[in-house]
Amino acid sequence: MKKWYMLTLVGQDRSGIVAQITRALYEGECNLGEASMVRLGGNFTVMLMVQFAGNEKALDDLIGPTCRSFDLRHHVDAIEGELLHHMEPDVRITVYGADRSGIIAEATGVLAEKGFNILNLESDVGGTTQNPIYVMTIEGIAEQGIEVLEEALQKLSREKGLETQLEPIDTLIG
Amino acid sequence: MAVLEILVYPDPRLKQISKPVTQFDGPLRSFVQDLEETLRAGPGGVGIAAPQVGRFERIIIVDVSSKPKIKHHGRLVLINPEILSQEGSAVGREGCLSVPEYTGNVARSKFITLRAQDEFGKPLEFNMERYEARAVQHEMDHLDGLLLLDRLVSRRDLFRRQTQEATAPKTKTS
Ligand SMILES: [Zn+2]
Repeated sequence: MKKWYMLTLVGQDRSGIVAQITRALYEGECNLGEASMVRLGGNFTVMLMVQFAGNEKALDDLIGPTCRSFDLRHHVDAIEGELLHHMEPDVRITVYGADRSGIIAEATGVLAEKGFNILNLESDVGGTTQNPIYVMTIEGIAEQGIEVLEEALQKLSREKGLETQLEPIDTLIG
Repeated sequence: MAVLEILVYPDPRLKQISKPVTQFDGPLRSFVQDLEETLRAGPGGVGIAAPQVGRFERIIIVDVSSKPKIKHHGRLVLINPEILSQEGSAVGREGCLSVPEYTGNVARSKFITLRAQDEFGKPLEFNMERYEARAVQHEMDHLDGLLLLDRLVSRRDLFRRQTQEATAPKTKTS
């Protein structure tokens, strides 16, 4: 019986990382599940679901050589994996403003209070070195409805000087 | 009346290009009834195209009337549909009866002028917008062998696209 693991990789971005890692996993008879691979501040980061017959140590040994050759730090966790049971977000929220500490905590704090379940959050820092801006898009499920989230975001805009947008996601099935 | 079997990707037939309808007869109308029953049998579907049930003719049904607070034309049987003009672009989330357990973001024209025929061959013309226009474009893609998988935009594009749109000059809306 193969078990699911979450493989986390972090390192300097270099070409060929994804190809070499997935090749090593394939040759080790792993199946791959869902993944997020993204460059964050010049680092390449990977979160990858891997299905594998052996234990954590064996998976660690399998990718060890490739990770060392790319100078990647890696980490393996046994997880409860489930494919094909997606949760569909029903709201997309954008928050942006001049970058300062606390933006994510403030925004996600009020949203959590109003029953917002985050499924996906992406944030970027743009602008210039003197005037960085922070841009965050969040998708999730409004468990207590959209109105309470709208009110909370308006309050956040007023009090914290952030720009916020809320947009319902009505997935079209056809 | 019968609920027909829906083809599911990677069935290669979904990539086939459908032919125009030339005979507006009883068998066509009974097929349209079956197609509609198939659409109604699934939860949440707002449209269906004939090739999704293995009939490669340019026939679609769209009905977005179940969605709150949008402009629409009710239940529409659209045969040999053609987009005469289109304006604007918006990204929205779509799923497909032929691509279970997957949703993705797709850019579509916001406003379209559509010409088609009904199941008796009578010519029809509509100005459609947003959700209804999106549904028609999704279904028309099936007639050309295209799936939402052929038109995905990355999540990271969303914010950029929205901001571009917000700052772009307003276009005529009908
Ligand atoms: Zn479809």
